[in-house]
Amino acid sequence: MKKIFSLFAVAIVAFCTPCLLLSASATGTTEALDPESLRGTTLYVYNWGEYISDGSEGSMDVNKEFEDRYGIHVEYTNFTSNEDMYAKLISGGANYDVIIPSDYMIERLIKEGLLAEINFDNIPNYQYIPDEYRDLYFDPENKYSVPYTFGMVGLIYNTTMVSEAPDSWEAMWDEQYSGQILNFNNPRDAFGIAQFLLGLDINSENPDDWQAAYDKLAEQKPLVQSYVMDEIYNKMENGEAALAPYYAGDFLMMVDNNPDLAFVYPKEGTNVFVDSMCIPANAQNKAAAELYINFMLDTDIATANANFISYGCPHTGVQENPDYEWYGNEILYPESVDFETDYFHNLSDETLSLMTSLWDDLMIEGGSNTAVYIALIVVVVAVIVIAVVFTIRKKRRSNLDD
Amino acid sequence: MKTKKNILLKVYAALIFIFLYAPIAVLIVFSFNESSSTAQLSGFSLKWYQELFRDSATLSALQNTLVLAVLSSLISGVLGTVSAVGIDSMRNKRLRNMTKSVTNIPLMNPDIVTGISMMLLFVFAGRLLGQSGVLGFPTMLIAHITFCLPYVILSVLPKLRQIDPHLSEAAEDLGCTPLQAFFKVVLPAIMPGVVTGVMMAFTLSLDDFVVSYFVSGPASQTLPIRIFSMTKKRVTPDMYALSTLLFLAILILLILINFAQARGDKKEKKTASKKSSADY
Repeated sequence: MKKIFSLFAVAIVAFCTPCLLLSASATGTTEALDPESLRGTTLYVYNWGEYISDGSEGSMDVNKEFEDRYGIHVEYTNFTSNEDMYAKLISGGANYDVIIPSDYMIERLIKEGLLAEINFDNIPNYQYIPDEYRDLYFDPENKYSVPYTFGMVGLIYNTTMVSEAPDSWEAMWDEQYSGQILNFNNPRDAFGIAQFLLGLDINSENPDDWQAAYDKLAEQKPLVQSYVMDEIYNKMENGEAALAPYYAGDFLMMVDNNPDLAFVYPKEGTNVFVDSMCIPANAQNKAAAELYINFMLDTDIATANANFISYGCPHTGVQENPDYEWYGNEILYPESVDFETDYFHNLSDETLSLMTSLWDDLMIEGGSNTAVYIALIVVVVAVIVIAVVFTIRKKRRSNLDD
Repeated sequence: MKTKKNILLKVYAALIFIFLYAPIAVLIVFSFNESSSTAQLSGFSLKWYQELFRDSATLSALQNTLVLAVLSSLISGVLGTVSAVGIDSMRNKRLRNMTKSVTNIPLMNPDIVTGISMMLLFVFAGRLLGQSGVLGFPTMLIAHITFCLPYVILSVLPKLRQIDPHLSEAAEDLGCTPLQAFFKVVLPAIMPGVVTGVMMAFTLSLDDFVVSYFVSGPASQTLPIRIFSMTKKRVTPDMYALSTLLFLAILILLILINFAQARGDKKEKKTASKKSSADY
């Protein structure tokens, strides 16, 4: 259901592209920001669900804090995926002031001129962003984005269910765990694992590479219990599966409910992501957006968010704060990264559609699409035939009665 | 033989009820769970209910959803009843059937088509008026009224069929204006159909995600959108608490309506039996 939905969301994008609002990105004004002049205005923030400290379980309500501090009303809404967010943004029907997409989506938004340049004079807290999270590939000159979270995918395993602690993606292909392996129900992440295992480039534009990764996944399929996304929480906490790949930050939540779980970054390498705060080109309240981004980088605010989200926080003030819940956490902040890491890049349309169709093939058990269609047609024809036969019989009978 | 059949019947009924209510029962049980895990029951607590009332984003989403559902069901109730009366009074049979099918098409239309077409329409209209960012609460309200309308018409039309067409003529004979005849005679007679339609519209509007997602703006988010967007992390247990409360509210509402209807039926029977005894 969700996948179909995303597909459609992307389809509308194709629909709307001609009527795109390509407003020129605002030229950086150099005058200093005066928060007082923004009092009483409204700021529209568009973010992932559960991706900000919202006051639950004794945490800080960050949006309310911003409202109290500056008198700017925050309208906060959520999206479910980068693609859905993109569809909404490009429709031109809704103007947001701050959005928090992921790396490859930012690359695409910049390319299409949908983001405004941020005036960094208004964001003095940018000083807290560590060097390794500046000049990222999707925004090499640091003009459009301010990092919010980062993280890596790793292998989660149940120590009571594996014979030895895994250190490689190869464990997910190990036959002794047949029926106890979970994999991502999302093509990019699932293909990524196979590509790292095979030593291929995860951003390859070569169809053969994708075919090789597909073959690897098809080989794994008989061993896989199911392809999941957030159901993984229940399955791993409940001990229903032995091995599953997922994000490090989410593992920290799971291990709270099931101490038997453990986590490892496989030696072949893994995917790393960064979600960053950006300002869309058609933002109506850019000054307040910059004020908000700067506010989100205040050490106490960033700490509250980092505690809540439990993903990595690219902020020196937070990482050095001993009160931070994940202070010095080995999983979020590994001391040495002696394996390969790579970002997902925005793939070309051809590669994207190749990946999608390979994924569909994988999901319908190696059978070709035509078989499904033929079965459907047979069912429809059968129903029609039965209906026709019945009506004819009925008519004959009523004729006989006459 | 007969008792055997009876037992089978009961088992079958029990299975159906389990099938229908087991998910809700599980949801209610886990809303009282101590931990955030849906794997283990670790103890009874009202923690998630407290969390719910502290969660300002969810509460404002709930408020938006309820306001939207109430407004759209009432407006579509009024519009739908008026349209049903209009369709019913059409003399030309062919035209009437055609109008009926046309109003039924949106009913069969997939939500996603409704949602996308509505969004395109709103954005297009907004552009004609020289405005960007038209999507918001008003567009959501219009969209919800649109997809609720056919359901109201569908539940009111049969009721109109059932009543004697001479009733309103009789009322007019006795001195009512046509408007008075409608409000005093026709409307009370079709009221059950209107109530059913409005309730259906209310629940449809309450849980709609797809259409709302496309036509919502940067403000006034509804509850289904909020819950759906939690799938990046996980659905928090205070949503179980909220769903439990919503379920109870709907249950109480249904029981009240059933009571009211049962009482109305009784009254009708009484007056009917009185009348018939008076006739003889």
